Amino acid sequence: MVMGAFTLSDERTAAGRLPGLWQGFAATLARDCRLRFRRRSELANPLIFFALVVTLFPLGLAPDSTLLASIAPGLLWVSALLAVLLSLDGLFRDDFDDGTLEQLLLAPQPAGVLVLAKIVAHWLTTGLPLALISPLLAIMLSLPGHSMGVLMITLLLGSATLSLIGAIGAALTVGLRRGGVLLSLLILPLYTPVLIFGAGTVRLAIEGAVLTPWLALMGAMLALSLLAAPWAAGAALKLSLDG
Amino acid sequence: MWPIIHKLGSPKWFYTMSGRWLPFLWGSGALLIIAGSVWGLAFAPPDYQQGDSFRIIYVHVPAAILAQSCFAMMAVCSVIFLVWRIKLADMAAGAAAPFGAAMTFSALFSGALWGVPTWGTWWVWDARLTSMLLMLFIYLGIMALRGAFASRDGGARAAAILTLVGVINLPIIKYSVVWWNTLHQGATFSITEKPAMPASMWLPLLLMVLGFYLLFAAVTIARTRNEIIRRQPSARWVRALAQGGRNGL
Repeated sequence: MVMGAFTLSDERTAAGRLPGLWQGFAATLARDCRLRFRRRSELANPLIFFALVVTLFPLGLAPDSTLLASIAPGLLWVSALLAVLLSLDGLFRDDFDDGTLEQLLLAPQPAGVLVLAKIVAHWLTTGLPLALISPLLAIMLSLPGHSMGVLMITLLLGSATLSLIGAIGAALTVGLRRGGVLLSLLILPLYTPVLIFGAGTVRLAIEGAVLTPWLALMGAMLALSLLAAPWAAGAALKLSLDG
Repeated sequence: MWPIIHKLGSPKWFYTMSGRWLPFLWGSGALLIIAGSVWGLAFAPPDYQQGDSFRIIYVHVPAAILAQSCFAMMAVCSVIFLVWRIKLADMAAGAAAPFGAAMTFSALFSGALWGVPTWGTWWVWDARLTSMLLMLFIYLGIMALRGAFASRDGGARAAAILTLVGVINLPIIKYSVVWWNTLHQGATFSITEKPAMPASMWLPLLLMVLGFYLLFAAVTIARTRNEIIRRQPSARWVRALAQGGRNGL
């Protein structure tokens, strides 16, 4: 009895010294953000890609402002989605190559929480800037001015969902040498609901319809992926390290 | 309960038992499909609006039902594999995937053929059609992911995780005709209601659906048996099987 009580209190002090759940989350988030901001040129790549793809469409279709305005919501959304998709391969790649990922998964905090921190860092450096520069490109596509705010809100909500869902695919393919094309094959079918509701909300905003149910659905998709994606990605990372 | 599961999880036991089920499954499946086809294509009355073109239903609906059931079965197998590490579940999921993809393609293709006389177009971006198309892509992704891994176990677990993520599409397909006002009609069969068709039309369809299920079971079991042999060619019972023929077991 005495021995049992002794070891129990011993473990307690040991557990007391370990960093807690939020400390682990904050440390991972801060580390990832710092690393991303130190590679400034890579930081801008998704944004340049976004702008380039948007530029291709008026050249490929016709520089007719009424035509462009009618397809601008879908066009901006598809381009932003592709920009997020391209940035996904780097989500776990460097950490996988230098062994950091192994240390993260060995940490006492649940893998899902640490993966969530990495996803948040990814969103802060891709989804958020994409949403912020989208009005600039929207003006070039002559999207009506009153729908700019809605475009930004849908991109903010939607790109977070895209980062979360994409993390599952990135985690599944990080151990593969040529995972890039496979990653798009796995993730694009799962991205379609976000695209449908994201672009659909902007289209409705142009018509001046009620947007609350559409925005609520986008929030619901974000909540659902927030709940499930980090854990699925954590499990996928474990198997990528085993294989 | 547990002894049965452990027995079922043993490849040797499964191989022996399924060898006895297979002839029955193949036979009854073929019988039902032949009976359903002949009845549906030759004897069922033509539709009062669509004429004979409605007979595509006898391929379209069973294929679509099987495409979804196959995915559900793969999801159950994935859970069993991820939680209890029963390898047989993974073999069955891997064996079912190409069949499911083929059924999804058949449903889409027969639907496109049916669309021409009834809707006047091969394809519309309708919720039911789009979600089925996405399921085809998810099937292909699962198969590609499994093949991309160098280690068999890694590929198996990755495919299982992706299958469970892809399950989200199943309720979307099922309720797409309810949630959205679409061109595609509602469900053909329901457990609680009487079909809207006369019995001479839906009975052959029921035969076809049951026949497709039996075909699915037979194909999946046969492919799982091949996979068992392929994975453990040096096991003692497999070598005895190769030497002694079927009498060895």
